[in-house]
Amino acid sequence: MTDIIQESDASVQSALLASQTAQTPGEYMRAMGKRIRSGDIGTLPIILGLVLIAIIFQSANQNFLTPRNLVNIVIQMAAFAVIGYGMVYVLLLGEIDLSVGYVSAVGGVSTAILLRDSLTNPALSWMDWWNVIPIALIITTAIGFLHGFIITTFQLPSFIVTLAGLLAWNGVVLMIVGDGGTVNVQNPVVRNLASEVLPPIWSWIIIGLFIGLLTLLEILTANTRRKAGLRAKPMPIIIGQLVIMAAIGAFVAYIFNINRALTDAAPPQQGMPVIAVILLVLLMALTFVAERTRFGRYVYAVGGNKEAARRAGIRVERIRVLVFMISGLMAGMGGIILASRLKSVATDTGGGNLLLYVIAAAVIGGTSLFGGRGKVVSALLGALVVASVENGMGLLNVSSGVKFVVTGLVLLAAVIIDALSRRSQQTT
Amino acid sequence: MAGSLNGRTPLLETKGVSKAFGPVQALSRVDFDVYPGEVIALVGDNGAGKSTLIKGIAGIYAFDEGQILFDGGKVNIHGPRDASDLGIEVVYQDLALADNLDVVANMFLGREWTQGMPASTDSHEAPTGISRFARNLMPLSEIEMEKRAVSTLDELAVTTLNSVRLPVSSLSGGQRQSVAIAKAVLWNSKVVILDEPTAALGVAQTRQVLNLVRRLAEKKLGVVVISHNLHDIFEVADRITVLRLGHKVKTYIAKETDQQEVVHAITAGQVSSVPGMTQ
Repeated sequence: MTDIIQESDASVQSALLASQTAQTPGEYMRAMGKRIRSGDIGTLPIILGLVLIAIIFQSANQNFLTPRNLVNIVIQMAAFAVIGYGMVYVLLLGEIDLSVGYVSAVGGVSTAILLRDSLTNPALSWMDWWNVIPIALIITTAIGFLHGFIITTFQLPSFIVTLAGLLAWNGVVLMIVGDGGTVNVQNPVVRNLASEVLPPIWSWIIIGLFIGLLTLLEILTANTRRKAGLRAKPMPIIIGQLVIMAAIGAFVAYIFNINRALTDAAPPQQGMPVIAVILLVLLMALTFVAERTRFGRYVYAVGGNKEAARRAGIRVERIRVLVFMISGLMAGMGGIILASRLKSVATDTGGGNLLLYVIAAAVIGGTSLFGGRGKVVSALLGALVVASVENGMGLLNVSSGVKFVVTGLVLLAAVIIDALSRRSQQTT
Repeated sequence: MAGSLNGRTPLLETKGVSKAFGPVQALSRVDFDVYPGEVIALVGDNGAGKSTLIKGIAGIYAFDEGQILFDGGKVNIHGPRDASDLGIEVVYQDLALADNLDVVANMFLGREWTQGMPASTDSHEAPTGISRFARNLMPLSEIEMEKRAVSTLDELAVTTLNSVRLPVSSLSGGQRQSVAIAKAVLWNSKVVILDEPTAALGVAQTRQVLNLVRRLAEKKLGVVVISHNLHDIFEVADRITVLRLGHKVKTYIAKETDQQEVVHAITAGQVSSVPGMTQ
């Protein structure tokens, strides 16, 4: 019986700990290469995709890469990205939310209607943008709660419940908007949300702060880990990342600050859109929740192995309901942004291919449809791809038929990449 | 160590436990005990009652009659939480690991340490209301968790892992089993129950896991191993309890018996009554 304990314990003691600490930049790069080969491809395809899109559309139409159009793309992608942030959480669970298009419409329409009525109805005169927006968000979050509650109580597939939601909330939008057909957004704050820009100096300050904060966090983490004797990201790698991010950030800030006015006589248009700041703040907050908190950990765990999560004492059903509430909240925000961009809401708000664009954004960005794998930032990157394709085809004046086909193909390509990388991960 | 049982208190003991599922008497008045620092194997054919016994101890369901004693005192186990609060951890055959999470995340799953809250090695703390809500949104103490995971794996001499930050999906079967076992001992557990720990493993990996099982016993844990593989059992166990048709046939001292005798007990052991026919 004792002969099976051959190795002396003293010699193996702490071998694992030793292997955790030794790490040079070369080792780090090799480990990253290994991760990519094993199917964890991260954001690689998306960067290649964006370069491809830029080359194709720029060669077809010289206006594609002008500062004016690039800012347009940012404004166009905002709603896709914000709703997509919520969709990432849903996809991480291995669920889907098909209702986000019309739930976002409920958010946009209730904002527009309440603001309109506050001008005419004395009983609603206390309403202004700063309380109407929270009310609209509470409504859409409650809708998310309702979906989650039904899904978990009756043990139904989220696909079916949110499909019912898609129809029902479309109906609600039709009923609220009524015969008028269109409601204009008159409140200047909501109206300008999507188009307002900050003074040029702020482009540098905000992008600088964003990159500085990320780098500071990386350095602090690496230092604490090194002190604790754990494997840490090597300093040269962090500095390399900082240089790359700073170069991209400086380029973006430079683009934002070029005068976008069509003629020299017009008043100058330059600076970072407020909406871009909102996208960054939401990205950081939702990434923190997903990757640095228990709640986020549980979302990944439920998506990876529901039974393991349950046995670990995680209240799986509560996590699922909360995630659908997040989806509703983000849909509401996206709907308000969309209403602001279009300056109005109508009976067809939230319809069309909004839902598919949102799902496409999350999946193209690298979040798996099969649950458990993905990042919040994938919605932002995917939305950039989707908005670029839509914008580029708009410049080329292609018919909506062609637009749909191309978008469908892009989504299909993303799903195939997802399935392939998943397969290669399983076989390692 | 198996010979020195006299006069010591068992860590865990069942006295005359029974369990029926409808008309089927799955377990009839079984006495079973586990001492600290020993590996006891639980063997028997399919339907012998091994899983029923284990699940009753783990709190998956309650026994119809009989008592469970822990450290000599009578305890009531009403759910898996009660069992793990006592220090009883079960490693099920399907391991219950989340493939997409890394080793550290899996070892701490459901009991993560967070910043601003004292790290505890108790299996479960139960803050309520606002503090629980806040705790779920506090930053995780990743570094403390990683250190603890590494030191636990080190203590168990699990040396085949390259990194504790690899997703579990990239590990081999033996590595996964090691992680699942390390997860069970992370929380100062006293009794670890392993359900078929070597099923579906290759020769080298089986050896790894058997070494690990012995090491748990050296750390004065009580280890229960369920297995169909008598070769593995004779390599690792101090005592062997044979169940047949819901009854205990006998507990053998591993050194004083052989495979032939145990096989005979499994297939044709004398049981006093045929379940479901009497009473």
